Amino acid sequence: MVDISFGPTPGKRPDPASLQGGYLLQSRRKRLYSTILLVFFVALMAAGFQTAQDRNAGDFLAGLHRLDDFPREVFSEAWTNRANLPALFLKFLPSLIETLNIAAAATILGGLVGAPLAILSTHGLARWPRLAPLFRRCADVMRAVPEIVIALVLIFVLGAGPVPAVIAIAFHTAGALGKLFSETAENADLKPVEGLASTGANWAQQIWLGILPQVAPNWLSYALMRFEINVRASAILGFVGSGGIGYDLKIAMQWGGGKYDQVVAIFLLLFLAIVAIDQLSSIARNRLVKGR
Amino acid sequence: MTTVPLRALRSSFRTRRLTSLAIPAAILAYLIYLAISFDVIGLAQRASLENAKVLLSDFVSYKTHVTRSNRDGHLSVAIEGEAKGTYPAGRLPDWVTVAGDTTRIDLGRGHIVTYSPDAARYVVPGYGAIDIHSDGSKLTLTAPKPIPDWINVADTRISVTTGQGRFSYSRSKVETFRYQFGWELFFFTLDSPFYGKSYGQLTSLLTAPRIDSTQSNAALMWHDFWHNALWHHSDVAWAMGETVLMAFLGTFGAALVALPLAFFAASNFAPFRGLRFAFRRLFDFLRGVDGLIWTIILSRAFGPGPMTGALAILTTDSGTFGKMFSEALENIDEKQVEGLRSTGANALLRARFGVLPQIAPVLLSQVLYYLESNTRSATVIGAIVGGGIGLLLTQAIQTQKDWEDVAYYMILIVLMVMLMDSFSGWLRRRFIKG
Repeated sequence: MVDISFGPTPGKRPDPASLQGGYLLQSRRKRLYSTILLVFFVALMAAGFQTAQDRNAGDFLAGLHRLDDFPREVFSEAWTNRANLPALFLKFLPSLIETLNIAAAATILGGLVGAPLAILSTHGLARWPRLAPLFRRCADVMRAVPEIVIALVLIFVLGAGPVPAVIAIAFHTAGALGKLFSETAENADLKPVEGLASTGANWAQQIWLGILPQVAPNWLSYALMRFEINVRASAILGFVGSGGIGYDLKIAMQWGGGKYDQVVAIFLLLFLAIVAIDQLSSIARNRLVKGR
Repeated sequence: MTTVPLRALRSSFRTRRLTSLAIPAAILAYLIYLAISFDVIGLAQRASLENAKVLLSDFVSYKTHVTRSNRDGHLSVAIEGEAKGTYPAGRLPDWVTVAGDTTRIDLGRGHIVTYSPDAARYVVPGYGAIDIHSDGSKLTLTAPKPIPDWINVADTRISVTTGQGRFSYSRSKVETFRYQFGWELFFFTLDSPFYGKSYGQLTSLLTAPRIDSTQSNAALMWHDFWHNALWHHSDVAWAMGETVLMAFLGTFGAALVALPLAFFAASNFAPFRGLRFAFRRLFDFLRGVDGLIWTIILSRAFGPGPMTGALAILTTDSGTFGKMFSEALENIDEKQVEGLRSTGANALLRARFGVLPQIAPVLLSQVLYYLESNTRSATVIGAIVGGGIGLLLTQAIQTQKDWEDVAYYMILIVLMVMLMDSFSGWLRRRFIKG
């Protein structure tokens, strides 16, 4: 706006006569760049697949036709023993509940740690503004730790069970939610905080009464999304570590043929649980964020 | 203005206060139920503080074993007691001195252990000398009375544990552990000519005459470091590369698979409703089956390795991306597509010039976000399919003694994930904001 009132901007101006040529030149150069980028990307993918292929035990093309061997074997055996399935569902239900409990506990604990971490690292809300980058960095590091690392180490110290998995997932969740929560809190309206400050409310009261009611729907929605992720993580951790339905799956798999009806029962339970949770949580999240 | 009855207002406040109390109470009740069902109290008793101590001290320190065989009198000084960490005979560390039949070990702070034929003595400052004598079948202990509980006496074995180290005498051997801070032999092993040199010495060695006439000192130095027999730097680097490769191939492969399929699942592009429904369910299926089950099924077909891991990520994320991409496609602006249609462009051209430029930033940002998260998944999947740093980590943990390796891998994994995070963030800013 200022430039217009103060005359033309300095520098070479496009020549109106050769406007078309300039445009074509520019678009040609742009196309060239994207082609180079595309070729580079394709080469990278191809080289990557080749490397992965070389370091793999089995060949990709040779394995392709074997892809359905295992599922077919498993399902055909389970089909002959299909009468067992309802009983097996009941048998593994407690393990599934344990897996879900691990995920829920980890989400709650992670949220309880992540929330203060988020507030403390949010610009404008932090109790100690100078330490805000430190808390942010903390959340970054916590987020970067894969669950398996902490879980396996804790299993050595605490012994096998659900608690190492809870702590491991909660640690990662706290970092992940800390970041998401902080992004939401950054956009919160500060006027309620000012109002509360004018009545003499202390920092905790300002956050509790001024910020939390604003961010609660979004925070809950993020926590639900995290719960979906954590259910999967808890199933995987069971497989490599211990606890929950993943562990039962590992035991049934190690048995090999003869217990494939159990494998199928666990597959189905896990699949149904994940789909159901995804659907319920997505409905709940839509309600929370967009209103009813 | 209508007057709100005061009583109604009060009761509404009361209900609100009650609900705001009820939610934390419900969470607390749930956590208590979990604590009982997970047997947290029993866990506290089962937890092994000893293991925790071993783990933490191993994370930051290493121990050197000074062992003398009581059968043939052979003395060996080895880091972590490993063959690859054994000091060559003439080059013992300066705190171990050998004179004839006696060996003197200085554990620091005045703690001196002396091995002599058929005997050993440990001088502990403030306590006195602990003398052990062996007459072939029986061990005799001479130490100031009363014997403290850090000296453990049995018929065949006497051991002493102090803050400076551990000492044990049995019929077959006498052994002393000295704990030192740091990760020993991280750069060069004992058989390397560069072992124990300072940074200044190493820099000056770069230009010094060749140690090995066939290659330059810099190349030799790199070779000795890269093929370090205790830390296996080259293998670790390969494993990290494999993990990143799994994440990269899985994520971008999934994006390439999902992009064309997403058109069939978007309501404004699907030719008819049945097809859209089928593709939606396909995506839900791929996502719902979950990476764990895909990993198991795929590793049966392709065997262990990074390719299997990459395919597992690819399969799961095809479902995720398919769903996200089709949602993005449903939200596009139809005007640009219409404009292209008016020029006579066919469906492919309309998709390329009318649709893709609109959704590309959204898609790319989602894909890059998943790249970082998949680096973490690739670590776990690697532990299952047997590839990458996840495999090394689980192996190191299973030995239950190489905790310094575990600490090293943990640091590397965290650094790798953070690096991927900033890399994908950088790419996102670069491509999306121009």
